[in-house]
Amino acid sequence: MDNPVILAAGILGTTGASLRRAALSGAGCVVTKSVGSIPRDGHRGPTVVQVEGGLLNAMGLPNPSYANFQQEIDIGREGEAPVVASIFGSGPQEFVEVAEGLDADGFELNLSCPHAERYGAEIGCEACNVEAITRAVKKSVDVPVWVKLTPNVADVVGLGLAAQRGGADGVVAINTLKAMAIDVESGRPILGNRFGGLSGPAIKPVAVRCVFDLAGALDIPVIGVGGISCWQDAAEMIMAGAAGVQVGTALRNPEGYGIFRSIAEGLSIYLDRKEMTLKELRGMARRFS
Amino acid sequence: MRPKNAQIVEIVRETANVRTLRFDLDLDPVPGQYLMVWVRGVDEVPMSISHQNGITVQQVGEATKAIFDLEVGDSLGLRGPLGNGFTLTGKRILLVGGGVGAAPLALLGEEACERGMEVTALLGFRCCDDLLFRERFERIGELVITTDDGSEGICGRASAGLSCLDLREFDQIYLCGPEPMMADFIGRCPGMETKIQASIDRYFKCGMGICGSCCIDPAGIRVCVEGPVIRADRLAGTEFGRYRRGPSGLKK
Repeated sequence: MDNPVILAAGILGTTGASLRRAALSGAGCVVTKSVGSIPRDGHRGPTVVQVEGGLLNAMGLPNPSYANFQQEIDIGREGEAPVVASIFGSGPQEFVEVAEGLDADGFELNLSCPHAERYGAEIGCEACNVEAITRAVKKSVDVPVWVKLTPNVADVVGLGLAAQRGGADGVVAINTLKAMAIDVESGRPILGNRFGGLSGPAIKPVAVRCVFDLAGALDIPVIGVGGISCWQDAAEMIMAGAAGVQVGTALRNPEGYGIFRSIAEGLSIYLDRKEMTLKELRGMARRFS
Repeated sequence: MRPKNAQIVEIVRETANVRTLRFDLDLDPVPGQYLMVWVRGVDEVPMSISHQNGITVQQVGEATKAIFDLEVGDSLGLRGPLGNGFTLTGKRILLVGGGVGAAPLALLGEEACERGMEVTALLGFRCCDDLLFRERFERIGELVITTDDGSEGICGRASAGLSCLDLREFDQIYLCGPEPMMADFIGRCPGMETKIQASIDRYFKCGMGICGSCCIDPAGIRVCVEGPVIRADRLAGTEFGRYRRGPSGLKK
């Protein structure tokens, strides 16, 4: 990819219109909101709350089901950037059903959502599940398959290696960190789901560390995500070893969709100034280890 | 921001299924902005602001029913004011409201009146019992009322009131009401779209422009941050007036 800045899953990915707008605004690739086998309304509100250093969310995988989503992917493709479908299921069979039901330029397996029963991190925290699901989906589709990993484990590299053994074309790290916020006035957890996932600047150092470790251990590309909101963040993630970066929470900043272009252009100017290529920048921090 | 705690200091029964809640804090809104209202233990829903310190709620679902069960002294969690409200411009303005859509327009009209603008309001209701904020509108300018059953004012939808107004006299027109009514009204004003501001209702989850549940086809306008007030020329050729999406993203 010439432009390594990607729209992260779960952000502005419900409609083809917003995916297309992200692509036309300068995203090199866009990832849809996670799609499953049946329509889901998601958790009750509040589904998002601003906390120190970022956002806490528990959307609950709302989606219209793969049977009602192809048209959104097709509209998204009008932005002339690859559209990667984020998909979820409770096991290999359901993942394959969803993947086979969609025509996309790639798939990102959501094995990391921290707030949905029977899905995401509940199965994705076990390496054997990651490997089996990756293998099953790889066998059923002929486009690239990425695996999005949860950081809520002792050994994220173990999950990355499992994805690689399953045949993944890349891993995406990290999903949100398990977190919680409580309303001091009432003592109630603020999120409707009580628990959720933390995103934004607060988790960037955690993501950089995960990407560094994964890139050092895996042969397949690692895509960095977590708290990236400017070109410097993107450069840092690439120096940790990321082949590309995803942007999510930062879409809430005043520049909105404009953030893709500002990160991509900032990075390009930086590379020119350093007289370096993206490839040379990638994993640069490893030189010092 | 985390939800601010707002204690209810007054509840006004406006009609059989519309109530105004006044809070112990000044919201300082731009008219047309909204709040994400957290009914603890139930849900969080967007509500437009009707007073400096209050909201006006129509009972339509579970969250609004729970709001109706609250009493003075109870509290809600509020995020906001959020989004882009109405922009006041010109010397003569027309407010066009349907049902509880009159609520933010009353606040807007009062601010326009304070600024010395000439305000006319055209409000449509189902029947005379549903009339909302009549005194507030009468205080700030001319008021034309329509009712579906003819029990008050002109018989018919809000657009029936157009017969007694010359739209060319107005520098700016502000809409808030049921979407079919607003779409119908805009359709009757060809060439005036850039003078019309409409407050749009969509399914909001995050209220901060990231989740995508409120995006309008085909341009992907994020209603929760780019709206809820959107100029009518930006709505031309969109899903507005034709369909919307529910919580799962399914069209309905």
